[in-house]
Amino acid sequence: MALLEARGITVRFGGHVAVDAVDLEVEAGAVTGLIGPNGAGKTTTFNVLTGLQETTAGQVLLAGDDITRLATHKRARRGLARTFQKLEVFSSLTVWDNVLVATEIHGSFSGGGRRHHERTVAAVIDRVGLGAVAGERVDSLPTGQCRLVELARALAIEPRVLLLDEPASGLDDGETRQFADLLLDLVRDGLAILMVEHDVPLVMEVCEDISVLDFGRVIARGTPEEIQSNQDVLDAYLGSELG
Amino acid sequence: MSRLGDTGRWGVGLALGVGLCGYLIAFQGGFSDWLTFTILGITTGAIYAIAASGLVVTYTTSGIFNFAQGAFGMLGAFAYWQLRYDWGWPAPIALAAILLVVAPLFGALVERVIMRGLEGVSEITSTVVTIGLLAMAIGIANIVWPPAGRRVDQFFAGESVTVGAINVTWHRIVIVVVAVAVAVGLRFLLYRTRSGVAMRAVVDDRSLSQLNGGNPGRSAMLSWGLGASLAALSGILIAPLLQLSVLPLTLLIVNAYAAAMFGRLKSLPLTFAGGLVIGIAENYSANYLDLNTTEVAGVSLAGLQPAIPVILLFLILIALPSERLRTGGVQRVRESARVPTMRSALLAGGALVVVTIAASRVMSTANVTRLSLGLATAVIILSLVPLVGYGGQISLAAMTFAGLGAFAMVKVADGPGPLVGLLAAAALAAVVGAVIALPALRLAGIYLALATAAFAVFMEKFIFTQSWFFGAGSIQVPRPEVLGLTFDDDRSYLVLLSVLFALLGTGVVWLRRGPFGRRLSAMKDSPAACATLGLDLTRTKVGVFAFSAGIAGIGGALFGGVSGSVSSETFLFAQSLPILLMGVVGGIALVSGALLGGLLLQFFSTVGENFTLLASALFVGPLITNFALVAPGLIGILLSRNPDGLAADLVTAVARAGRWVREGRSRPEQDTGPDPLDTATFERPLTPAERAAVDRALGLDPQELARGSA
Repeated sequence: MALLEARGITVRFGGHVAVDAVDLEVEAGAVTGLIGPNGAGKTTTFNVLTGLQETTAGQVLLAGDDITRLATHKRARRGLARTFQKLEVFSSLTVWDNVLVATEIHGSFSGGGRRHHERTVAAVIDRVGLGAVAGERVDSLPTGQCRLVELARALAIEPRVLLLDEPASGLDDGETRQFADLLLDLVRDGLAILMVEHDVPLVMEVCEDISVLDFGRVIARGTPEEIQSNQDVLDAYLGSELG
Repeated sequence: MSRLGDTGRWGVGLALGVGLCGYLIAFQGGFSDWLTFTILGITTGAIYAIAASGLVVTYTTSGIFNFAQGAFGMLGAFAYWQLRYDWGWPAPIALAAILLVVAPLFGALVERVIMRGLEGVSEITSTVVTIGLLAMAIGIANIVWPPAGRRVDQFFAGESVTVGAINVTWHRIVIVVVAVAVAVGLRFLLYRTRSGVAMRAVVDDRSLSQLNGGNPGRSAMLSWGLGASLAALSGILIAPLLQLSVLPLTLLIVNAYAAAMFGRLKSLPLTFAGGLVIGIAENYSANYLDLNTTEVAGVSLAGLQPAIPVILLFLILIALPSERLRTGGVQRVRESARVPTMRSALLAGGALVVVTIAASRVMSTANVTRLSLGLATAVIILSLVPLVGYGGQISLAAMTFAGLGAFAMVKVADGPGPLVGLLAAAALAAVVGAVIALPALRLAGIYLALATAAFAVFMEKFIFTQSWFFGAGSIQVPRPEVLGLTFDDDRSYLVLLSVLFALLGTGVVWLRRGPFGRRLSAMKDSPAACATLGLDLTRTKVGVFAFSAGIAGIGGALFGGVSGSVSSETFLFAQSLPILLMGVVGGIALVSGALLGGLLLQFFSTVGENFTLLASALFVGPLITNFALVAPGLIGILLSRNPDGLAADLVTAVARAGRWVREGRSRPEQDTGPDPLDTATFERPLTPAERAAVDRALGLDPQELARGSA
């Protein structure tokens, strides 16, 4: 059974169907990819999964439990974390405090003292490679590093499932390399990751299973090889990025 | 309720309305009474609707909720009086001059000079700027038109026609005709003219409209001109029915707020419907219910009638659908105050006490009282620092919680003693704060501000006027005793106030540096991210609201102790406005800002009191007496230039001077270095700081731009 599952989720904005009966399965210990052209409904899907957007129809299941009607913060407490495509960092706090807030929020319902929190923060910041800027205010950092702050913050609540919304945009080639290693490292620890990303080589490298969204529908699902040779997918992208 | 569709809800509403009218006609005095009261209700409601539609037009086009809309209407009514009665212009020419020339120009000028500078500031700052405008308008009106028995006659000299069995004045018919004309005109303007379509485009997507060659600036100016004109129209129409005096006309807008909320600040037809509902509810309750002499369990209902519009406002607000947590990137706000260390907070607190002790020895009795009032006010302003400054929630009810605190102090000090009284003051205000917060906190920004305003007006009209609350006239407020020490002497009370401010201020800094404070800052920056990390936003907000109310309660009890007595007039809604204003002016995220704000506010009113002798000097006199309003208003407006507040500047300057002294020379600090945008060049790779600055300036990811995404 998949750790996180979407069954037929649908979102209508007035007459416009942004997400149309989408099924997704996110397995523990693997990176699942969610790709598609802009406006395909990827971020809306993330919002549904995390409860920031109500569904018109369909179900979201976390470890078999129906969480469709659960408030966002309660989903987070059950181990669902995410990052945002458009940055939602705490820009007036330092990198350290961004992660510390998350740890403390997590600690407020899972226990742990101040020492424990500080150890967690140090470990997470080290893991994503932000040690050098830990004392900087986030609004002084470039976008790529802000994305890593969001990642660190999400990891700090010790999630079971992590949703990453275009985590590599803003990273340069070297940083993307390191990021890919980090992702593989995280799933090796048993984390389930669902990633929206436009960096196709990165997606093909780290994802075991990829779903392709277009106009709110899943038009294909399969391994990287299957997706790369799928005619529907190539049509949707008009041959632009997939190669 | 939520299961019903919009149509269903309207059906239920309409059925209830028809049922009520049937009942009133059948059992409560018959048809002609009903018709009279209904016509009265429709006409006042139509005026609210006109004012509210102006509010909606400016809000949707410029994104700024104009709290000064009522003040604009008040100014319009006075300007009309000036032309029509003082200078004797014929009514049509005076009307045309005000509605087509003066008011639109004024509105456009306000947009161009003040509001346009507000892009990128937080909703708190923009709210405060319009509140500053409101205070300023009241001050100016008092200066130009000092209180005197002015009146504006009804149109057609109050002549009436007979409709069925009742008389309707021409004035009321004019009101209805004008309201219909405004409704039709707005509809035509917004849907059939180029400018109107451009205005609506700005509402939908400002940057997109700009990309397509629209000019959001011009549309905003147009909408502010239109809004000011509609405000003036409503002011001129209602002045003959009320009286031509500054405050009632200005605060009448609270009723229009309710109408605008009925239309969710978007729909003009619903706004008009809301205006009518509120006007009718007001008139029915005044005429059918005998509230003035009714008592229920010792509670007089006399204050309920004037509170009806705000009760409706509150109910409409809490019936609004919960605001969905917005994502779409953290807004980069221009404000950024630093957080002091505990050590510097303690040092500053100690310094304050020492300075106050020294001052208390040398100052005159009158100045001791003034400084005491300043410190007590500073405690009330301090209550806004965690709520508004750290947590980003707006409250217009600081004085109301202060009033609750004073009440608790009075009632408890008699029995268990004044120190317990002080704790009770905090406790009562905190509990009421939490109870009010629960329904209101689903709202954010101006909706929350309006809910707190509705609460403040309700308390002022209905609760504070009860004889068991602040007594028939005024009521004695005792001063706290600590460990057998009494503070009956004004000088020792002043010292006590400084100690308490220092303690509370240090406590607030401590809170900010701890987990709860970090959480508040995080919530201010991104509520959505907080929720996805597991933070229960409602609990956090209720917590900070209660904490803030508690401090305000203590402030109120201390404030009452300065003069020794308070009355129902001490803690008015209108007084919460300068409190918020001066808080933001001082620097709302700073304890020192609260102190500065409190002292400044007191200083301004002292200037006002002391120089009344100069009043003979024709213009300066009224200016000085209204200084307490004009000065904060002016500084509040200037905030659009420096959103961090005065204290932030002082702190930065002092910090820089301190470093300079310690290090013997000034060393350029990182954040005062050259702007990375200026140093960025294509000749070498960008430094991280430059990359960040370029990202920020573009507001987009470079990659996203490369993809050409929408």
